[in-house]
Amino acid sequence: MNDALPSMDDLVACPQCDTLHVAQDLPEGMRACCQRCGHVLMSSQKTAVARIISLALTAFVLMIAAITFPFLSLNAGGVQNATSVIDAVLAFSDGLAFPLAIAVAFFIVVLPLTRLTALIYALGPLVRERKPYRGARIAFGLAERLRPWSMAEIFIVGVTVALIKVAGMAAVTIGPAFWAFAGVVVITILKDQLICRYSIWEALDQAKA
Amino acid sequence: MGLVACRNCGQVHQKGVTRCKRCESVLQSRDHQSLQKVWAWLIAGIIAYIPANTYPMLLTSTLLERSESTIMGGVVDLVNYGAIGIALVVFIASVAIPVGKFLAIMYLAISVQRGSQRHQHGRHKAYDIVEFIGRWSMIDVFVVAILSALVQLDTLATINPGIAAVSFALSVIFTMLAAQSFDARLIWDVDRKTDD
Repeated sequence: MNDALPSMDDLVACPQCDTLHVAQDLPEGMRACCQRCGHVLMSSQKTAVARIISLALTAFVLMIAAITFPFLSLNAGGVQNATSVIDAVLAFSDGLAFPLAIAVAFFIVVLPLTRLTALIYALGPLVRERKPYRGARIAFGLAERLRPWSMAEIFIVGVTVALIKVAGMAAVTIGPAFWAFAGVVVITILKDQLICRYSIWEALDQAKA
Repeated sequence: MGLVACRNCGQVHQKGVTRCKRCESVLQSRDHQSLQKVWAWLIAGIIAYIPANTYPMLLTSTLLERSESTIMGGVVDLVNYGAIGIALVVFIASVAIPVGKFLAIMYLAISVQRGSQRHQHGRHKAYDIVEFIGRWSMIDVFVVAILSALVQLDTLATINPGIAAVSFALSVIFTMLAAQSFDARLIWDVDRKTDD
């Protein structure tokens, strides 16, 4: 029975339910899903890598802007208070809640930036058709593994809820960093949609050979 | 057939290989300790969820009064402002999703332990949903962070985070880890007897 089995490099096992499939070249713009559980196994887009890189670079620049520019400011009865993203992180820095400040910093700033850096590092050379840098595979694996822990989009929804809560109390001014952060969220979602693990691993394999 | 797949990159190997030749992740045909880890993280998550509800999430002080509000208190406040939609978002994110997630993970773990053959597709969908939606519970922690940073108007009004924010964040992190420790392949293993 093993004789009939194609080469192991042509097999794809569904990461969700372990059903084994034979990989085939996919027509442009199509997706291949697991026969049993429906998990997307591969999706073919010729220019995906170049688009992922350009979106990742855009998100990176916007993220830097989101950290440095003023985020929101509040004005009530002549007293004003301006806040940056960093201030939101530091809200937990007193006493017992200190570890939470570190966790929030990771969720909304450090991990999103790490993912972007790792992707740019791993895929950058592929766009220029060069050999990938050392550790490109580890970097791409890391970027994918950190995905659930990078919570920029949840933060922006949290900010919206907070705005509604204070809107009745005081006048809120929305700063440039808010829009930059919203941009990061939208671009990150577009970028993650484009990432097809199978094709990128293939591309990394071919570039190495 | 004696093959083992890498869950990180999908590369298929002969059985007995321990590291993926492509991405160097550790290979495991099945994680035999999966359910044990799921239960451990889940119980930790449920325990952390109790103080998250009983202790205050926000400490508000204005010129006239000081008040503390819990998760449910915050939802009630929003309803009183007339922001029903937002109240619903907060309620779903901080109450409905965490509780639903505890129940869903328990059901998945118990059904795999019993070797259930029913609703495999349904259970797999349930797992997908739990894994996708779990992280959205963090909303409330971020609301507290941004409110405490923003509302610092000297004596006029200040908002500070309460200790429940910490236990709520821990509860969300623990249940995310519980969901990630669950090996969804176990749902399908009852289809055929495997020898390992």
